[in-house]
Amino acid sequence: MLRALKERLTIQGYRTMAYPDGPVVLPERFRGYPALTQDLLCNRDGVFCAETCPYDALGCSEEGLSFDLGKCLFCADCPAAACVGFSKDHRLAVSRREDLLVTSGGERRLAQPLTPDLRKLFGRSLKFREVSAGGCNACEADSNVLTTIGWDLGRFGIQFVASPRHADGLWVTGPVSENMREALLKTWEAIPSPKIVVACGACAINGGPFIDAPQVCNGIDSLLPVDLYIPGCPPHPATILDGLLRLQGRIG
Amino acid sequence: MNNALCLISNAIPVACAEVPCNDQDTFLQTILEKTSHGWRISSYFGLLEGDDTALYCLLAAPLDGVLGVMKTICSTAEFPSIATQVPQAQLFEREIAEQYGIRFEGHPWFKPVRFVHSQVSGRDAWGRPDDQPIQVGVMDYYRVEGDEIHEVAVGPVHAGVIEPGHFRFQCHGEQVFHLEISLGYQHRGIERMLIGGPHPRTLRQMEAIAGDTSIGHGLAYCMALEALSRTRPPAAAHALRGIALELERLANHTGDLGAIAGDVGYLPTASFCGRIRGDFLNMSALICGSRFGRGLLQHGGTVFGVDQVMREELLKRLATARTELTSAIDLLWSTPSVMSRLEGTGFVSQEAAAEMGLVGPTARACDLKRDVRSDYPFGIYRMAQVPIVTAYHGDVCARSTVRWEECQKSLDFCVEQLRQLPSGPHAAEPGNVQGDKLVATLTEGWRGEICHVAMTGANGRFRQYKITDPSFHNWQGLAMALRNEQISDFPLCNKSFNLSYCGFDL
Repeated sequence: MLRALKERLTIQGYRTMAYPDGPVVLPERFRGYPALTQDLLCNRDGVFCAETCPYDALGCSEEGLSFDLGKCLFCADCPAAACVGFSKDHRLAVSRREDLLVTSGGERRLAQPLTPDLRKLFGRSLKFREVSAGGCNACEADSNVLTTIGWDLGRFGIQFVASPRHADGLWVTGPVSENMREALLKTWEAIPSPKIVVACGACAINGGPFIDAPQVCNGIDSLLPVDLYIPGCPPHPATILDGLLRLQGRIG
Repeated sequence: MNNALCLISNAIPVACAEVPCNDQDTFLQTILEKTSHGWRISSYFGLLEGDDTALYCLLAAPLDGVLGVMKTICSTAEFPSIATQVPQAQLFEREIAEQYGIRFEGHPWFKPVRFVHSQVSGRDAWGRPDDQPIQVGVMDYYRVEGDEIHEVAVGPVHAGVIEPGHFRFQCHGEQVFHLEISLGYQHRGIERMLIGGPHPRTLRQMEAIAGDTSIGHGLAYCMALEALSRTRPPAAAHALRGIALELERLANHTGDLGAIAGDVGYLPTASFCGRIRGDFLNMSALICGSRFGRGLLQHGGTVFGVDQVMREELLKRLATARTELTSAIDLLWSTPSVMSRLEGTGFVSQEAAAEMGLVGPTARACDLKRDVRSDYPFGIYRMAQVPIVTAYHGDVCARSTVRWEECQKSLDFCVEQLRQLPSGPHAAEPGNVQGDKLVATLTEGWRGEICHVAMTGANGRFRQYKITDPSFHNWQGLAMALRNEQISDFPLCNKSFNLSYCGFDL
């Protein structure tokens, strides 16, 4: 007992990060919100840049480029690097699917707070039941990491709970495999209303690396009403937390 | 018998035509004989060849770094099972049965694996109709009968933030007589998508076979491509890949040691390790921008290099992490109430581990010296050895100590590699994949042996791509570890294995 206290006081220390009051520390090579290089012609080496993304994240029309954050996997070797550069901005989560579409010159809209009646209920106490539906355990791990002492999700009244009966919302990861679809929907039904849905990661939003695979449903967008979309493969914990705090109206 | 097997090495391709095609008796006899001499089944899979199903078996020798591959033809919907004589074959046989509609005669535990339709229309090993969906988890579960026996069913959705699976416990009071694990919920059809590949989406899918093993699986895939295309990654790439693989091991071992502490209610180590795990993930992010190593690997080498400044930074962070992790883990060993919960819990005998073909730290905790890094060395491990850590009690305590000692070896390895990081390029120009080749690539992920077998057709595209995650070998080990334990110790036993659902389900 005394030894545990000693280790805590000497080596381990107090480690909860300053964020959101202070800045969040991100690695130099972190790939966040994309910057579109509008001047570039779409036709590069005779290949339309929109066609170079294997996940259909890039669209190209006469009005310019469009970029779907929901489909993007933030690849280090982005084949459309000539048209797109990734910034270090971790704020990616949005409330509406269409807000994930980045266009040259378009307005950027981050996640919006819940409606006032929901904020009254969930603003200071928000409990989620997580369901991995074909998720690879990366989104799951970086959701779960928010509960460790470094991030300390509990200080915002947010918690992952064991039963859907205790939850205010469903937290979905994975592209929704056929074999998990029923269990996912049953979990949703078991959560008492009012309730919200979070789609965490590219898979849950649109199928991610498994988009259009016969055994998956391309995410939950066609199955359930989503209140928060968190892009990334997997999203950085800071991206997830940013979305949640905006949803609660704590930042924004 | 010697001609029955084509001997190959890790990541060295052979022409498909060189794989000997044996009659069924020789094929099965070879598996029986080799496994009785300590060989293991690394992979065993089917492939449609015309109207027949070819069955390929990849066997791994205990010494000399030798692998053996052979095939046989199954032209009917029946094949003899050897699962009673070679228990490690049981799940492979069920997998083939499910994928190709072949009934394995005499299989003692003949049940679906992932609850999907067979690839051969109109042929299902369990007689299920083609035109109706298959209900996942619906099968004939093992039942213990008796007045005071009760059954506990858990999942697919679990209490924690983890993946789905279904567990059935046959209990007598608190005591578990038997645990049956039924998976398949995470099935995304990865192997089917690979046919005709490599596709532009393939590498990201490989990194997501099991997201906590992005480097382990991604590396096995890149090694396969490089072997098939005669691409030689430069020295710096080998070193960086090794560092990334060990960082992945460090992060996961650290996280699991913390979770084990949490499951026995010892919160100091649980809290400390939860955070330190993040420090290792952040080191991967420092190298490639992703905490899970996504986007580091590419065909021919690595996407990123490490310069002098980053090297110093990594060395500094590794030194800090070593101090903090040692402080956190030593608390476990010096706390009697923790040790009494770890010792003797979740026991797997060495004999059972060998029979089931367990791999990774789980096998090493039963004193089985199995580690791809030294048995079938690849990449940087051809030049730099990582000592194998073993223990001999086979319980949660042994699995925990093996993981902790592996953490220390991985730290040593990372520091050594960073100090002598070769200069020069970190990627080579990728070549074209050759046709009509077979290659087996093995890596040692943090859970154990990862095995990929790629076969190309004449056009240089994948005709077959078989993935075997260590969890495929090890889930049965968890079921055995629970025998005669208290059901309340399931979380603890489970964490000491921490197997992958999606890696199994593919």
